[in-house]
Amino acid sequence: MKQAVLDWKHLYNWNLLAATGLALVLAFLLRSLLDRPRYMPRARTWLLLLWVPAVVGFGVTAALHYQNSLLDDWYILFVFGVAAAVLWPVRHYRPAAIMLWALVIPALYRAVVIGQAVLDYQFVAPLAGYFKSLARLNVFWFGIITGLAFYQKKTLAKENAQRAEEEQQRRQAAARNAALERLVATRTAALTQQASELQTALAELRATQQQLIQREKMASLGELTAGIAHEIQNPLNFVNNFADVSAELVDELVAEQTNPTPDAGLEDELLSDLRHNLHKINQHGQRAASIVRGMLAHSRQSTGERQPTDLNALADEYLRLAYHGLRAKDKSFNATLDTDFAALLPLVPAVSGDVGRVLLNLFTNAFYAVQQRQQAAGPGYAPTVQVRTRRVGEEVEICIRDNGMGIPEAVRSKIFQPFFTTKPSGEGTGLGLSLAHDIVVQGHGGTLAVTSQEGEFTEFIVRLPFRGAVG
Amino acid sequence: MKILVVDDEPDVRLLFEQRFRREIRSGEFAFSFAYSGEEALTFLREHPSEVVLILSDINMPGMSGLELLRHVKQDPLPPPPPLVMMLTAYGDTETHNQAMRLGANDFLVKPVDFAALKTKLHAIATA
Repeated sequence: MKQAVLDWKHLYNWNLLAATGLALVLAFLLRSLLDRPRYMPRARTWLLLLWVPAVVGFGVTAALHYQNSLLDDWYILFVFGVAAAVLWPVRHYRPAAIMLWALVIPALYRAVVIGQAVLDYQFVAPLAGYFKSLARLNVFWFGIITGLAFYQKKTLAKENAQRAEEEQQRRQAAARNAALERLVATRTAALTQQASELQTALAELRATQQQLIQREKMASLGELTAGIAHEIQNPLNFVNNFADVSAELVDELVAEQTNPTPDAGLEDELLSDLRHNLHKINQHGQRAASIVRGMLAHSRQSTGERQPTDLNALADEYLRLAYHGLRAKDKSFNATLDTDFAALLPLVPAVSGDVGRVLLNLFTNAFYAVQQRQQAAGPGYAPTVQVRTRRVGEEVEICIRDNGMGIPEAVRSKIFQPFFTTKPSGEGTGLGLSLAHDIVVQGHGGTLAVTSQEGEFTEFIVRLPFRGAVG
Repeated sequence: MKILVVDDEPDVRLLFEQRFRREIRSGEFAFSFAYSGEEALTFLREHPSEVVLILSDINMPGMSGLELLRHVKQDPLPPPPPLVMMLTAYGDTETHNQAMRLGANDFLVKPVDFAALKTKLHAIATA
């Protein structure tokens, strides 16, 4: 029995089988070191099969009763070789390279052990001792270097994780940027669309504004039609009358010539009267023509060209038109027109049709105001509209004052707003003063101001520069 | 016969002087002219009992022809009271009625038919 146990111990290569433990430990270490898909060599699976040669070797030698104490050393050297072969393709991976170094010393040691046994050499006394202690040392070596490899792996993993995180953040930032750019593109498209819509709306508004201005002109012209008719009728009557009376004078002159005793003094008188009448006919004809011209200028679309303009003449003309315009509507209406035109007033560069409209509007308002007050106040009230022109520095001032209803404080700030009117609906467009303001301020670089006391007076002051502002 | 013509158009004077040149020369009519209602009233006060007929425009700045008419008919002017003939470009019935209510003796519409006017004036002069 004892012999059997001894045989069992000596007849089989148990140390070979024991070495599989070492092989498996190494296999697991390597597998866990190389568990990253990126650094996983294809030969990694071999590691799981490292036990196979040892077990097969053990079986075969046992069957043959072959016993060799070096078999485990060969086997371990073979394991190291396989491990190195697995690590070699991924040596650029730092933990793998370090692991290779961990294998070098134990492998050398095994090789030397095998060499000694095969060649039957022995180290001399002190070296043999050192070599024995190396056996222990290379376990430490292996342990430390392996630890280092794992530490390296951990560090690399951490770095990779960090890099991955940064990459992730970069990608997110890129995604955000892309999203932002898409948003910007969308917004830009929307804004462009809006801008073009606004442009269209603006164009439409401008067209509408032009139409409104034209309509306002026509409305004010309509109000004036009767006044203009009256203003034209008067000179035409004179033209007709002077023509008629001239025909009579000619008849008389002919009769006088056939008179056997001609009166030379009478003939001279008749001729002088005729000449005088022709002058009058011409004068009144001109007057009618100038009124028609003014009317056309008023209704025409403004060319916007400024011409040196006599504001005295313009104010006088439109004062009369406005007065007769109102008179044509209200026969009982009468007002004192008080004009104070400065002599030697400088000519003002102005679009006379436009400034005429401003004056017409202001006069019409003035007459409207005194008419309203007259209807309220009854007899004893003397409706008066004053026009005064004067030069103030570099400007010509036209002051239009009426002793009408006055403008209440609350209303005064709104009167230049478009579509604001205090007249009953249908009587005013509410554009008159707004347009007047535009014409004076934007069109001529002037000012339009108002002062008023409710129930007392209203005074509009137009100032137009006669120098420098032509542009 | 003294006639006062009231009109704000100064050329009316020339016209009347020529239209009635024969009558003026023969001394049948004598014309005076005023260019406003106020001026006409002043003339009437300064030349009492002279004017037989007033020919007045209605539409004038300041005192209108209708107001002048009222003054002439209502103010205590020295006798005899002058006749008043209104002349206007606005021949609407409202103005006409108003003039008649105020005591106008006649109402003529411009443009003046001088032949008709002459006939009327002759009729008044010979009445």
